[in-house]
Amino acid sequence: MDRARRALRARHAATAALPVAFLAVFFLWPLVAILERSLVVEGSVDLPFDVLTSDLTREVAWFTLWQATVSTALTLLVGLPLAWALSRFRFRGRSAVEALVLVPFVLPTVVVATAFIALLPDGVERSVWAILLAHVFFNVAVVVRIVGAFWAGLDERLWEAAATLGSPPVDRQLRLTLPLLGPALASAASIVFLFCFTSFGVIVVLGGPRYATLESEIYNQAARLFDLRTAAALALLQLAAVAATVLVSGRLERRLGGGRARGRPAPRPVGRERLVVGAIVAGSLALLALPPLALVLRSLSVGDGYGIDHFTSLADETPALFVAPWHAIANSLLFATGATAIALAVGIPAAVAVARGRGGLDALLMLPLGASAAMLGFGFLLAFDDPPLDLRSSPAIVPVAQALVALPFVVRSLVPALRAVDARLREAAAVLGATPGQVRRHVELPLLARPLAVAAGLAFAVSLGEFGATVFVARADWPTVPVAIFRFLGRPGAENVGTAMALCVVLMAIVAAVALLSERSLLLGGRR
Amino acid sequence: MSLVERLLPNALGAAVVAAAVLVGAACGGGDAPTEVVLVTHDSFAVSKGVRQAFEKESGLSLRILQAGDANEALNRALLTAGDPQGDVIFGIDDSVLSRALEGDLLEEYVSPELAALEPDFEEPDPHVTPVDHGEVCLNVDRAWFAEHGIAPPTSLADLRLPRYRNLLVVENPATSSPGLAFLLATVATFGDPGWQAYWRDLRANGVLAVDGWEEAYTQQFSGAAGSPGKRPIVVSYATSPAAEVIFASKPLQTSPTAAVEDGCYRQVEYAGILRGARNEDGGKQLIDFMLSERFQSDVPGSMFVYPVRDAVELPEAFVEHAVAPADPLQLPAERIDRNRDRWVDRWTELVVR
Amino acid sequence: MRVTLEEVGVTIDGLPIVEDVSLDVRSGERLALLGPSGSGKSTVLRVIAGLQPPTAGRVLLDGTDVTGVPPHRRGIGLVFQDAALFPHRDVAGNVAFAPSVARLPAAEQAARVAEALQLVGLAGTERRDVTTLSGGEGQRVALARALAPRPGVLLLDEPLGALDGPLRQRLQADLRALFERLGLTVVHVTHDVGEAFALGDRIAILREGRLAQVAAPDELWASPSDDWVARFLGIHNVVRDGDRATVTRPEAVRIVEGDDAVVTAADRDGAVVRVRLRRNDGTALESVVVGVGTPRVGSHVGVEIDPAGVVEVSVWPAEGRERAPDGAPARGY
Repeated sequence: MDRARRALRARHAATAALPVAFLAVFFLWPLVAILERSLVVEGSVDLPFDVLTSDLTREVAWFTLWQATVSTALTLLVGLPLAWALSRFRFRGRSAVEALVLVPFVLPTVVVATAFIALLPDGVERSVWAILLAHVFFNVAVVVRIVGAFWAGLDERLWEAAATLGSPPVDRQLRLTLPLLGPALASAASIVFLFCFTSFGVIVVLGGPRYATLESEIYNQAARLFDLRTAAALALLQLAAVAATVLVSGRLERRLGGGRARGRPAPRPVGRERLVVGAIVAGSLALLALPPLALVLRSLSVGDGYGIDHFTSLADETPALFVAPWHAIANSLLFATGATAIALAVGIPAAVAVARGRGGLDALLMLPLGASAAMLGFGFLLAFDDPPLDLRSSPAIVPVAQALVALPFVVRSLVPALRAVDARLREAAAVLGATPGQVRRHVELPLLARPLAVAAGLAFAVSLGEFGATVFVARADWPTVPVAIFRFLGRPGAENVGTAMALCVVLMAIVAAVALLSERSLLLGGRR
Repeated sequence: MSLVERLLPNALGAAVVAAAVLVGAACGGGDAPTEVVLVTHDSFAVSKGVRQAFEKESGLSLRILQAGDANEALNRALLTAGDPQGDVIFGIDDSVLSRALEGDLLEEYVSPELAALEPDFEEPDPHVTPVDHGEVCLNVDRAWFAEHGIAPPTSLADLRLPRYRNLLVVENPATSSPGLAFLLATVATFGDPGWQAYWRDLRANGVLAVDGWEEAYTQQFSGAAGSPGKRPIVVSYATSPAAEVIFASKPLQTSPTAAVEDGCYRQVEYAGILRGARNEDGGKQLIDFMLSERFQSDVPGSMFVYPVRDAVELPEAFVEHAVAPADPLQLPAERIDRNRDRWVDRWTELVVR
Repeated sequence: MRVTLEEVGVTIDGLPIVEDVSLDVRSGERLALLGPSGSGKSTVLRVIAGLQPPTAGRVLLDGTDVTGVPPHRRGIGLVFQDAALFPHRDVAGNVAFAPSVARLPAAEQAARVAEALQLVGLAGTERRDVTTLSGGEGQRVALARALAPRPGVLLLDEPLGALDGPLRQRLQADLRALFERLGLTVVHVTHDVGEAFALGDRIAILREGRLAQVAAPDELWASPSDDWVARFLGIHNVVRDGDRATVTRPEAVRIVEGDDAVVTAADRDGAVVRVRLRRNDGTALESVVVGVGTPRVGSHVGVEIDPAGVVEVSVWPAEGRERAPDGAPARGY
């Protein structure tokens, strides 16, 4: 008996070993390397307490906190009606809308910020409002996804029961919907908060030198001013804040798992609902589509007219990139494929371990989101300088860095699904003679096909759009699309700007296609 | 067995294998110096033919690592000083030269090609070799000024005038190389501490400061093609108007922008051999090549800066649309070095806070 | 296949769920494991299947100790209460699961599927989506799935629990016929006394994790081991007297002409009528009447008791603590 239990424990430990090893090598080691370089002076640790109490830190930390809080509240406000419309009703084009909502989430920040500057009126374009608006634009998808999925799983009969018990519509929403959605709301809010708290691209472009978050100030201190001590202090502060958020959100997430009541399939909206649902969907789409549309228009504007010249010129070599821009598209697809492979190979065992209750691993997996890309990039330079891991100037480091960013998404989308797999199905299979491996292959995997497709799609899209870490490790002759966009935007002349815009449009199209595919799980089919 | 069940294990297996191959590929790689690695900033560019010429002549493949703007590229090199990512660094300008020298980053190398340079550049510090120079100048949107019936500014002092209110965008000298050059230009023009009063006036006159040149020029400046910007005066380069012509989406007779000749500040960009380079000889060959006629004549077209070599022919668009300021401002490197941090801090207080 | 449990105990989180259960199910025997909810009967079933490792005791199959053997190597069939069909597979896919993981040749797999579906009366439903099946059909598919690998032992965990009246009785009859035909060893968990009587050669009653009594249905009905078992079986004529109780089976109470008692209720239950009486001394009594002619409520009747239907038993729990069986059928007092 003891032996069996020990064997089980060993198997569980082996499952967690791969993700832990991956994070140890590609996250903790570089992080420790850069912190050591920054904080160890002649063999003794120089703790940067003075930095933590300085005016600069207080100012930056305060701005980081309040903009993240306000951004989160606004995102929930905008995202909830859309989540309601998409999760409680069935209508033509719903899955297309769901896929489109995902597009902003994975667009490179540089691109979106450009679109916002073009769209916003004078005076607003560089205010704090622009930052908040951009955060809402980016993160609405998180609310729609997390809250929507949960909402769709709630039994319609609960509302019907409340109605027969005499509760009027508004009262139903307050008394029933909010408490029922509580865990999903909290989980979505904590993730949005995390993204806004560590916001970088939006702040740099729309905030200018006046507004700085911890993340942008770390970049400033480390990469530009080369004050590693200050950077390290701020990085530790940010990491601590993120770890705290992650722990809270992890706790909330755990309450999300478990079985869902199976209600009827979502109804088509009728009567007045049609108007309300239509208005919400149309309104949200308009808000979300405006910036991408502006980009499409700009990619098509040639001189005083319109044309596809910027797209055809993607095949031409330019000194700005060392390779023809279409190579960047090929590179991006290649890297994102690699990153998705790594993220799945590491993320699936990680999700299994987390679903078994290893909350610590969950928190560890989320930490890369909170570690400043600049510090991590510096850490890569210090850690991976010798064979066998002489990765710092190898193209292979790109998918590794992207996988680090995509990993939390994979784990987060798989864990609830894993927890929801009925334990008796596993038992039924075991009694029928299936070995643990066969149970995994013949029962769990097929049941998880859809969540897996979603996780893979998300990982792919996140890797495609990843900029902060990629720009730090990408080689000039292996640019990704976001890096290429950044390079083109960094050069004068209509031709370069047009090429950048064309690349933005190509990237958006790929992301939308991936989102649609993973949404429908067409490739994986499977009877449901 | 359903399709899913057959495909999924294979897909997962493939994922693991792909991951292993990717990492494995990264772990491979030989030891013989068959390549030379150039560490530089994002603005570095070279024509394909020129690059191939070097590779053919030297028998080495040229790998280019770009790492952010000039400042960031230098900082990354400083971080890995002694165990560098490459053999040669290019893009150190004179405002940060002292940091590179103090960081013990570079090996001494005196190229035999130095003799062929213009007299201004012949005798640099033995650790570095000048490769190009560019002038940071005010650029104006000609169409905007024509449309509004206002004369564009012709000097730094003009920018204080009420008619230029809310029209100027500059870069933050703490984070941007042209931003620092422009601050130095104001120091050189108005003296220390006279420059401070000047910037107080600029702030009162609605100057906008952003972090980098990309942002200032492609996002805020109205004159750049395709820019959503609304400000018609920007701190950029003397060659930017020529770039607008060369990269225009349809042929242009005149540039939509113009550089203001007064108040231009000269930046010289240097290259150097990184200490601990794996291929030091290859690095020396590369630096010699960067001073060669072939590379030097490619510099204007690729990077929009001027060659340092004597008697190099300039592209037509340069001659026609770029300003070559006759007497650019410059401060001695050691004065910059002594005061840079203080000036930048003071500027931040005056303009941003 | 013979199933033997030796002093099996299961403790979960420090709580004893099953204690000291020893059972011997002969090959081809059908044992009903009967008990109220929470009595530990499903846990015993899971121990036999290998899904729950016992913390004490041994499990033997045909005399071989299989205590440490994982479920997939035990060759046991198990049917869950609500079928637990694989939603991603159709009917044939579910039934073919065991043959396919055992890597039987495709033709053999198909033959097994056809055979098993034939057995449960669902031939021809191979391609149906399991989510479209009715409750009874789902249970039959689950049964076919468990039978397809031709297990030596079949475990049923409340297989009819989720079904209603007539359907339940039809399935019950089908199951009995099927088990007799196949000669399978069956362990069948239920909280329903009728189902246990209908399907069990022997009945093991589990109470708070321990066996209360193991006996054939007739023997159980004739001589329950204590008053708790008698009440649990549905005998309400139990009179306690100190540490003994007198149990009078309802069919031993005959209604005749006279004036010994008043009819307080008369409920038809199929072929029989359950009549509740209040004797003139105030005590309650239950009788079962066969045939038509239900006594009117309120009428006065005489009562005769056949002494063969009266047994004296011990009381449970022993320390005089009054305690009604939790899962006793709702009808009664």
